[in-house]
Amino acid sequence: MKRRTLVVISAGLSQPSSTRLLADQLSEAVLAEAGDLGVLLDIRTIELRELAHDITNAMLTGFPPAALREALDVVAGADAVIAVTPIFTASYSGLFKSFFDVVDKDALAGKPVLIAATGGTARHSLALEHAVRPLFAYLRAVTVPTSVFAAGEDWGGDTAHGTLRHRIERAAGELAREVDMREPAPVADPFALTTSFEDLLAAE
Amino acid sequence: MQFGIFSVGDVTPDPTNGRVPTEHERIKTMVTVAKHAEDVGLDVFATGEHHNEPFVPSSPTTMLGYIAAQTERLLLSTSTTLITTNDPVKIAEDYAMLQHLADGRVDLMLGRGNTGPVYPWFGKDIRAGIPLAIENYALLHRLWREQVVDWEGKFRTPLQSFTSTPRPLDSIPPFVWHGSIRSPEIAEQAAYYGDGFFANHIFWPASHTQRMVALYRERFAHYGHGDPDQAIVGLGGQVFMRKNSQDAVREFRPYFDNAPVYGHGPSLEEFTTETPLTVGSPQQVIDRTLGFREYVGDYQRQLFLVDHAGLPLKVVLEQMDILGGEVVPVLRKEFAARKPSHVPEAPTHTSLLAKARDAKVTA
Repeated sequence: MKRRTLVVISAGLSQPSSTRLLADQLSEAVLAEAGDLGVLLDIRTIELRELAHDITNAMLTGFPPAALREALDVVAGADAVIAVTPIFTASYSGLFKSFFDVVDKDALAGKPVLIAATGGTARHSLALEHAVRPLFAYLRAVTVPTSVFAAGEDWGGDTAHGTLRHRIERAAGELAREVDMREPAPVADPFALTTSFEDLLAAE
Repeated sequence: MQFGIFSVGDVTPDPTNGRVPTEHERIKTMVTVAKHAEDVGLDVFATGEHHNEPFVPSSPTTMLGYIAAQTERLLLSTSTTLITTNDPVKIAEDYAMLQHLADGRVDLMLGRGNTGPVYPWFGKDIRAGIPLAIENYALLHRLWREQVVDWEGKFRTPLQSFTSTPRPLDSIPPFVWHGSIRSPEIAEQAAYYGDGFFANHIFWPASHTQRMVALYRERFAHYGHGDPDQAIVGLGGQVFMRKNSQDAVREFRPYFDNAPVYGHGPSLEEFTTETPLTVGSPQQVIDRTLGFREYVGDYQRQLFLVDHAGLPLKVVLEQMDILGGEVVPVLRKEFAARKPSHVPEAPTHTSLLAKARDAKVTA
């Protein structure tokens, strides 16, 4: 069995949070789908709430404090990402966006990403398509076709086998297949020299 | 080992009373700080170069020339001289002139400058920052070493039969440090020429500085200038001291909380953990500074930032008194005791001249 890493990013604010609940259901589904394909996933979950101060500090000082640095390294080294945000004021939450503002602009390039969101009613669901998907397009991520939105009604009695479950499984299958067809993610070293000095001089 | 002060030259309101120095006051303050550096036994004063408010030092050689006239021993340097937006021909001339006036007490640190809008004011583009630094320094390096230069490049008009005047004092170009926070290309540039590498150090975690210095040392050896531990390394540092560390923290906190670079962000405690900033007793500064050596190796120059963030001149001078009186003498002794004999001191005009004469005698 090949091993890959899956990073789950949850921008939920409350405790417990429906955003985290959706993130967990997605990661369990991806774990199962990947397992069927012969891929064993190591799952790391990042709660952005715990990094909220660090994210602001990184914006103000230009460098990430230790805990945020570790989270950014985990994201950069991941083979796949699940990103889940609550929809606030017609878009991703500010915290969610701020985190991706401090992620290196190349860190997600070519990486399979599953996007998901939560909101009070299904009327917010297209925010995934008009706000979240373009964000990951900018970052050159490979966002799977199915995005998953969970509204208040999805957490009702028939959740276990309802339409939300169906969408979770479809999206999870798409992400698992993207991971399966790829080599492990290369990790770029920001301190590595990419050109010799002779080449730098010659490029004048 | 050399110890000194580097000044950014920011005009920042004193957050405790709202007082803002005039540009004139701030410029004179920098001169006072430089002269005081010599008085308290420090070795180096370095001024920043900035072309945007709220900073005053746009003309480093003017300031350093004035300071040179009023000091005897102090080494004058920059932090940094902008190798991207200045014409390398003018850098060659200005610093050679300063070198003559200061009888050789001059070196300089080259940096790119990270303020995007400044570049077009000088006809340049920040996106070409690295290529500008590479090409401009390649020219500067030749102008100080070759009597007549024919040259053509991408970023300025060609030169035909050009001689930069005055020639460097005793035909010894000023020693150059290349400053960078996180561009490996600049560590590589410093290594290629066998020049010094200065890590800003103060705004970033130690792990960054460690990686950059390690890269520079490795490449310095690769280019045949000596062993990795013989490369010439300088570090920034940032301190605020009182006899009792609690007093230091209490007094410095409003300045920290409102400082232009990191203010309104991390707490003082977080920033002192994440970066080399040390706010406490002189002994804490001594211990922390000696610790730098553990991740960069034996190094040659330690500059402290003390003159910033709206601190009143009186407090800055007190800080320098503590540095010169209690901290640096201990650091000199302790660093010297730890440094193996094959690790060189930072080159100065005197040492480079002696080396050139030795080379001549052997040849």
